[in-house]
Amino acid sequence: MEDKKQPLFSPTNLKLLTKPLGKNNPITVQVLGICSALAVTVKLEPAFVMAVSVTIVVALSNLFISLLRTTIPPRIRMIVQLMIVAFLVIIVDQILQAFVYDISKKLSIFVGLIITNCIVMGRLEAFAMANKPWQSFLDGLGNGAGYGVILLIVAFFRELIGSGTLWGYQVVPQEFYDAGYVNNGMFILPPMALIIVGVIIWIQRARNKELVEKN
Amino acid sequence: MENLLNIFVSSIFIDNMIFAYFLGMCSYLAISKTVKTSVGLGLVVMFVLVITVPINYLIDNYLLKKGALTWISQDLADINLSFLSFIMFIAVIASITQLVEMIVEKYTPTLYNALGIFLPLIAVHCAIMGGSLFMQEREYANITEATVFAFGSGIGWLIAIVGIAAIREKVRYSNIPAPLRGLGIAFIMTGLMAIGFMSFMGIKL
Amino acid sequence: MFSNRYIFIYATILVVVIAALLSTTAKILQPLQERNTRIAKIQDILASAGIESTRGNAEQLFDKHIVDQRLINRHGKVVSDGRHAFDIDLRDERRRLQDIEVGRSNVEPVFPLFVSENNGQRLYIVPVLGRGLWGPLWGYVALKDDFNTIAGVVFDHQGETPGLGAEISEYWFQDRFIGKKIFDNDGKFVSVTVVKGGVANSYIPTEHGVDALSGSTITSEGLSNMIKQSLANYVQYFENYRQEILRAEAAKIEAIRLAEEQRVQDSIALEQAQQRERYRRWQQQQQQLQEQQDIEVQKTIE
Repeated sequence: MEDKKQPLFSPTNLKLLTKPLGKNNPITVQVLGICSALAVTVKLEPAFVMAVSVTIVVALSNLFISLLRTTIPPRIRMIVQLMIVAFLVIIVDQILQAFVYDISKKLSIFVGLIITNCIVMGRLEAFAMANKPWQSFLDGLGNGAGYGVILLIVAFFRELIGSGTLWGYQVVPQEFYDAGYVNNGMFILPPMALIIVGVIIWIQRARNKELVEKN
Repeated sequence: MENLLNIFVSSIFIDNMIFAYFLGMCSYLAISKTVKTSVGLGLVVMFVLVITVPINYLIDNYLLKKGALTWISQDLADINLSFLSFIMFIAVIASITQLVEMIVEKYTPTLYNALGIFLPLIAVHCAIMGGSLFMQEREYANITEATVFAFGSGIGWLIAIVGIAAIREKVRYSNIPAPLRGLGIAFIMTGLMAIGFMSFMGIKL
Repeated sequence: MFSNRYIFIYATILVVVIAALLSTTAKILQPLQERNTRIAKIQDILASAGIESTRGNAEQLFDKHIVDQRLINRHGKVVSDGRHAFDIDLRDERRRLQDIEVGRSNVEPVFPLFVSENNGQRLYIVPVLGRGLWGPLWGYVALKDDFNTIAGVVFDHQGETPGLGAEISEYWFQDRFIGKKIFDNDGKFVSVTVVKGGVANSYIPTEHGVDALSGSTITSEGLSNMIKQSLANYVQYFENYRQEILRAEAAKIEAIRLAEEQRVQDSIALEQAQQRERYRRWQQQQQQLQEQQDIEVQKTIE
């Protein structure tokens, strides 16, 4: 608690930021936040907006809860956490509706579902309740980013193979279609998102043996 | 009646919470190691959905929506509180789960022992919140429709988690490539189950 | 560690602070959000009339192309009570209609109608509202100035199944409606039906039917009902208008007939006049001849 002199980006702090991107990824390792993640990965653009929104909510809610952590009565801990998360999500939702209306329409209920995104509550419980504000903030940023990376990878493949576009721009040339290439509609549908995540986990664990589960 | 049946069947099979919207994946993957616990969690999810969705329906229609307050006075017709819906819904869900936990603990200790450990998990369960948000987005015409939808979604979720748990119990004896074990194969199996459920899409009633 | 009193005060302060912050944000962002929904509505209206727009120029194009906004009541009359058709929420009007039908209130509903003009062609745009499998469907139907032929449609939905019912918002589906007719040959309102299994295999004439999307029974039914119910509110107005057109048409034909009659009469009169003239000349000639003969006879006598 007393090492206030530690620089803002000390190695231990930086680790908080980078670990969730790989070895401690919230989706593929901690199994958190898959709920609302996959439904928005049909296209890159909404996936990106979703990733940014989740990152902001995780980081800020971590920060607020960490600031308040000594004052929160344990008996209403859960409710207080939910209130603060819901508050942040409503603000994010309002901003999306005001500035990126089309995307907010596409994300539909999944913005609201950030409230119950297990990453947010998971990080609050596991980290922010026991750590100082700045570290908690970094931890939130890192976990949000780790979540975002998986989201973008999944969205990249789903949009490329499913619609032949990236970020809305046609990337599969017309000649391919003329030669008989067809977009794989399966990738637009939900099941492929799950299978892609499965494959990502497979690749990650093949490279990093210590993550392999026993059974 | 036909409409209700439609909503019911669709919410179980076609727009399944897990296979079409990935809602409640966290606990779905974490709890589905044995069939017994899965049945418990599935039942609790169904139970809480059936209670919270109608309550939130009433809150949405008589408190939050634009013009919802006209039952108090015509002057309030222009008030639109829908920006509060997320916070209201989650508050209702959190308090209902708390209440259910207390009631179950007091009156049926056996059930509490079976389900109790899941109840705190439910407050932040995506499928529960998702149920209320879908109810709001889809603008069900009356409370019966909303309840039927909640019931169907709950059954759909129960079927999904019991199904994957049964498969995972068997899969334990298979020789899966080491990096795929556990989480990886669970994802892929869910994907395959979802493909199976897609065959219900053309369903005609 | 914490007393009940502390918990209570803590919760109250938290709720008050959060509520205050939320209402402030909502209040600040409301104008922007309202503008967004407004522009989305404008873009839908323009698209049904076949006018492409971007978020930037939508309002400008709307002012340019939408030349008139009308409010129609149940009896097919135009109402002018200072309200703009654009600001009417069809959902409220539907509720009023229901209330009147069950006798709960007597506030008359009004139905908006937009008139667009593009390249000299006038289109009449009717907003439609209905329900699909999972939630509301809405859209706009643009009719040509015979109030019968569909010039274009736009549909949107909230939460129909992606890949199935959701396809109704795609252009290639909406294009199927172009050229369809809502009245049959006897002038009876039949609307346009979305036909499961293809129009060709049904008893519905091609000009009143559209092939449904596969695997979307409820959405298709919802779409058919939506178009029928929504247009039904305007039928009286269309009929009045068509009658007016018919009357104008009849008057035109009558005028032509009268002119023709006049011409015939005129030519007959002319003929008669000419005949009379000829007869007069002939008589004159005869008279002259007679006179000559008389003179000649006189001469011979003398």
